[in-house]
This record gives sequence, C-alpha cells and structure tokens, in this order.
Amino acid sequence: MVSDGRAVLKKSHSGCRYFKSREFPLASRSSVLTKSCPSRNKLLSLLLFFILLSLGLGSFSSCRSKSNGTEIIVAGSTSIQPFADRWAELFMEKRPGLVINVQGGGSSAGIQSVKMGAAQIGMSSRELKEEEKDLNEIEIAKDGLAIIVHPTNFISNLTIEQVKSIFAGEITNWKTLNGKDKEITVVVREEGSGTRGAFQEMVMGKTRITKRAIVEDSNGTVREIVSRDPESIGFISLGLVNEKVKAVALNGVNPTEETILKKEYRLVRPFLFLTKQAPTGLAKEFIDFVLSDEIQSKLSEEGLIPVRKASGGAKIP
Amino acid sequence: MTDLRKSDRLIKLGLLMIAFSAISALFVITLFIFEQGGPIMFKYGLKSFIFGQDWYPSEKIFGLWPMIVGSLMVTLGALIIGVPLGLATAIFLAEFSSRRLARILKPVIELLAGIPSVVYGFLGLMFLIPFIRENLGGPGLSVLAASIILGIMILPTVISISLDSIRAVPDCYREGSIALGATRWQTVRMVVLPAARSGILAAIILGMGRAIGETMAVIMVAGNAAEIPSSILQPVRTLTSNIALEMGYAAGEHRQALFATGVILFVIIMVLNTIANLTASRQGKR
Repeated sequence: MVSDGRAVLKKSHSGCRYFKSREFPLASRSSVLTKSCPSRNKLLSLLLFFILLSLGLGSFSSCRSKSNGTEIIVAGSTSIQPFADRWAELFMEKRPGLVINVQGGGSSAGIQSVKMGAAQIGMSSRELKEEEKDLNEIEIAKDGLAIIVHPTNFISNLTIEQVKSIFAGEITNWKTLNGKDKEITVVVREEGSGTRGAFQEMVMGKTRITKRAIVEDSNGTVREIVSRDPESIGFISLGLVNEKVKAVALNGVNPTEETILKKEYRLVRPFLFLTKQAPTGLAKEFIDFVLSDEIQSKLSEEGLIPVRKASGGAKIP
Repeated sequence: MTDLRKSDRLIKLGLLMIAFSAISALFVITLFIFEQGGPIMFKYGLKSFIFGQDWYPSEKIFGLWPMIVGSLMVTLGALIIGVPLGLATAIFLAEFSSRRLARILKPVIELLAGIPSVVYGFLGLMFLIPFIRENLGGPGLSVLAASIILGIMILPTVISISLDSIRAVPDCYREGSIALGATRWQTVRMVVLPAARSGILAAIILGMGRAIGETMAVIMVAGNAAEIPSSILQPVRTLTSNIALEMGYAAGEHRQALFATGVILFVIIMVLNTIANLTASRQGKR
C-alpha cells in the first residue's frame, strides 16, 4: 500500500516537470494510466467516481417537474426565444406563483413538441407547412430581414434576383452591378441559425449559398464586419440595422415598418405562437399578455414589427 | 507513530481519489465525444466524412476536409510566424541579454499568456484585418490573419519552454566551445541549440497544441468559410471554429456531426502529438 502511494506521488511530480524541461505531456499521462490500472484500490475509487457521477446526472434529469396548471412550457424558435424570455419575466413579475418556462430548440422542434404535448405553446419563426396546419396559430409579431451594405456603397436598390445571384456566388464583382471593379465580400450566418434559415427560404430557395461566403455566428458580428468592409454585403434582422450600415431597398421597396405592414417588403417572417387547440388557462393568459398593448407597443423598440397598432383602435380581447 | 501513518494513508487516499477524478474526467470526455460523434461517422461513411469537400449540414452533407486542411494550414502558419520569433527571443534572453533585462522581459512575455483569447481576436479584427484588406487585398479575414494572431498567442509557450531548456544546457559546454575559439553565435548555433534540441521541440509541440486548439480568436479573424482557401488571403474554417460556430443552433444529426468534428480533432491532435513525441525521444537519445 505504502509503496504504491509513493509511486503515484513520484509520478505526479514528474508530470509537473515537463513544463520546465523535456518531458512530454502525453507520455507522462499515458504512463500514469497504464501503470496504475491494475491496482484494486485505484479501480475502486474510479468506480466510486463513476457512481457519484451517475448519481449527479440522475438527479439533474429528475429535476424537471411536470406542468400542473401553474406552469407551462413555451418551446421552439431560437429567434423568438430571447423575446419570449423577457415577456415571460414580465408576466411572472405581474402574476407571482405562475411559471412560464421558455425553451429553445428551433421552430421545427417547437412545432413537434406542441403536437406531442410536451409544450403547451410552440414558437415558430417560419410559416407552417401544409402538414402542420392542424395547429392553432397566433401571430404575435413580424421580423424583417434587411440586406445590408457599407454606408459608402453606391448600391441602394437591388432586385431579389440580384441578391440571390450575389449570395449564390454568381455575381462576384461589384462591376457587374455597375460599381467599382472590386470583389464582393459576402457575409452570412452559420448553418442552423434561424436568420440564415429564413434568408435561405425567402431568397435563395433551393439554391445554395456560396461556400466562399464569410460565416459569422451572430447578427452583431455580421453588422460589425459589413460596417468595416466597404466591399461587403450581408443580411441581418431589420431591428438591428443602425447608422453604421445601409439597408438596401429590394425591388425598389425600402425596408420599413410601414412597407412591411403593407406587405410590400417581401423579406418578412412571422413570429408565431402555436397551440394544439384553442388556448386555455395559463397558455391563453400568456398569449393575451403578449398581444396586449403593453407588450405590442414596445416591440418596435426591440426591433420587431407589432402585429397590431396599439393606438389604431384595434380590438382588445 | 501508527496514528501518523494512518493520517498519511488517509491523505494519500484522498489525493489519489482527486487525481483519479481528473483522469477519469479525461476518460468521460473521450467516451462522450466518441459516443456522440462516432455513430454518424459510420452512418455516412468515414471516407466521405473525412474527405468530403462539402459541408451543408442542413442538407445532411457532412464533409470535413476543408476544415481539416484549414486547421493544419492555420497551425502551420502560426508555427512559421511564432517559432522563429519565439526561439530568437529565447536565445537572446538566455545568451545575449543582461541578466537584469531578462529578469524584466521574461515576466512581461509570460503576461502575454494571460491575455484572454477574445482580446487577441478583437485586436485582430480592429487593426490587423483592415490592414490586410487595404494593403494586401482580399476580405482581410483570412488564413494570414489567423496565423499571425495564433503566432503571437503561442509566443509565451514557445519562449518560456525553450528559454528554460537553453538555460538547462550546462555552462561547461559553452566554456568548452569558447575555449576552442568559437564566437558566441557559433557556440549558440553549434553547441547550445543542439544540446537543447529536445526541449525546443517540446516548446514547438506545446505551441502547436495551443494553436490547433484555439477557438475564439480564430473564429473572429478567420472568416470561417467552409472551403479550402485558394490563397492565404482567403477565409478559412478550422475544426474548432466549426464546432463553436454552429453548436448554438445545431440539433439532431447536425449536432452529432459537430461531435464527430471533435472526434477528428481529437485523433489529429493524438497523431501529431505521437509523431512529435517519437521524433523528440529519438532526438533525445542521439
């Protein structure tokens, strides 16, 4: 026993030394493994560790409690999730004791979990497909997608076809669009993001986005890069456009709240809440809360387009 | 006496368990990565997974070749920039600078290691990217930018380990060489460096490990296009960026494919480490 421990001590000492001299991390690591495995004592403690670990994991998964009237689960689109989080917080502040549990997962996962009954409200940032239409859908907001370029870019209007060709990598030089003889830097979001998904669906269709495009993982970085590179073009959520970038008009229509509400600007996706049947109980209360003037009037500050004008004499349920 | 021995044994046992929890963490991570990423690799075929040119997870096309090449290119670039700089600094500090200067400079260099990688990435984005774009062309976000940033990031590792190994060369070697009429530079080149060779190699290996594993700074300056770059001014995506970039929204097979990216990275690091260790031990024996 005693000699055993000493050996381990020695080894850990030599493991430390490689930072200073010539031993290598992997060599020392593997020697510890191979030499110490046979010992019963060590195996035992290893076993103990795994038991503790599995106990820990087990208690984690059992933490999730079932819903019971005072708690609902809202799951789905990660584009809506941050907004829903804030709405849920406001709601819970007003109605202590009630719990709105907001989860992500993506639009498809949200639709699926409402169908299966795993969530009471699903969130989708895309239109429902035909086979999904059996769900009850409530539009809570709209989100515009802006095509952005550097403020000094001569372009202020593009057709959807031109945008498509640029992002497909068919037009690679601004010269083709009567601009400077400079290569276009295309900036896109990463695979799996809702914004990219919406862009792919509404602009690209079946055509692939060019592989040469620069990929960034947030709306913020896309805007940052476009604001610094005079030759670049990208797409972000309309609410995040600021003075450092220029949102181009599409087919002659400027992306504004007005043109979106008039359905003239085409790159718009709905933010939908979905329920299996007509909402009841807590789910209904939460949906009504989101549709109330209090929330809807604040949407434009957050970059979204409200579905109803608060002052426009809309019916309040 | 027996009491002391008992407490000794208790402490030993305690330390042993802690040590093993660290090692088993490695085991658990390895198991987890392979368990999550393994099945999908075999489902779509190992060959198409590794050598596939296209990465379109939404269309269930998973080809990691551009990322593998990207990782190797960027790491090589970092070594090309970082190793000569680092080695020169280490030689200067060990052999040519005054002891006082070295005492000031070394901690300053080690401070470089304490700067968070996101800061390196941010500085790269602010200064290096516009510089490359305006002077050399291309979008700026490129293999070159990533290599330069990583080259700087591995400097502290390369410098401090090679400095220690150069200092560990016994002074009698230097005295002997100078006594034979060699100049100081000749002594360094022909006596000290060969004697410190295995330590310097260790420095390069650890630097390489840091470069291939770095994620945040690379995401920020590399551009992340999933295509094999045609020049060093074109954007590139590494294996680590591929995982970090897409993990946020990935679900289902896409997520598994990212774990499989982790498996490939794991294997590449293992292979590189083994090769380096083998050459190092062979060098050491000579």
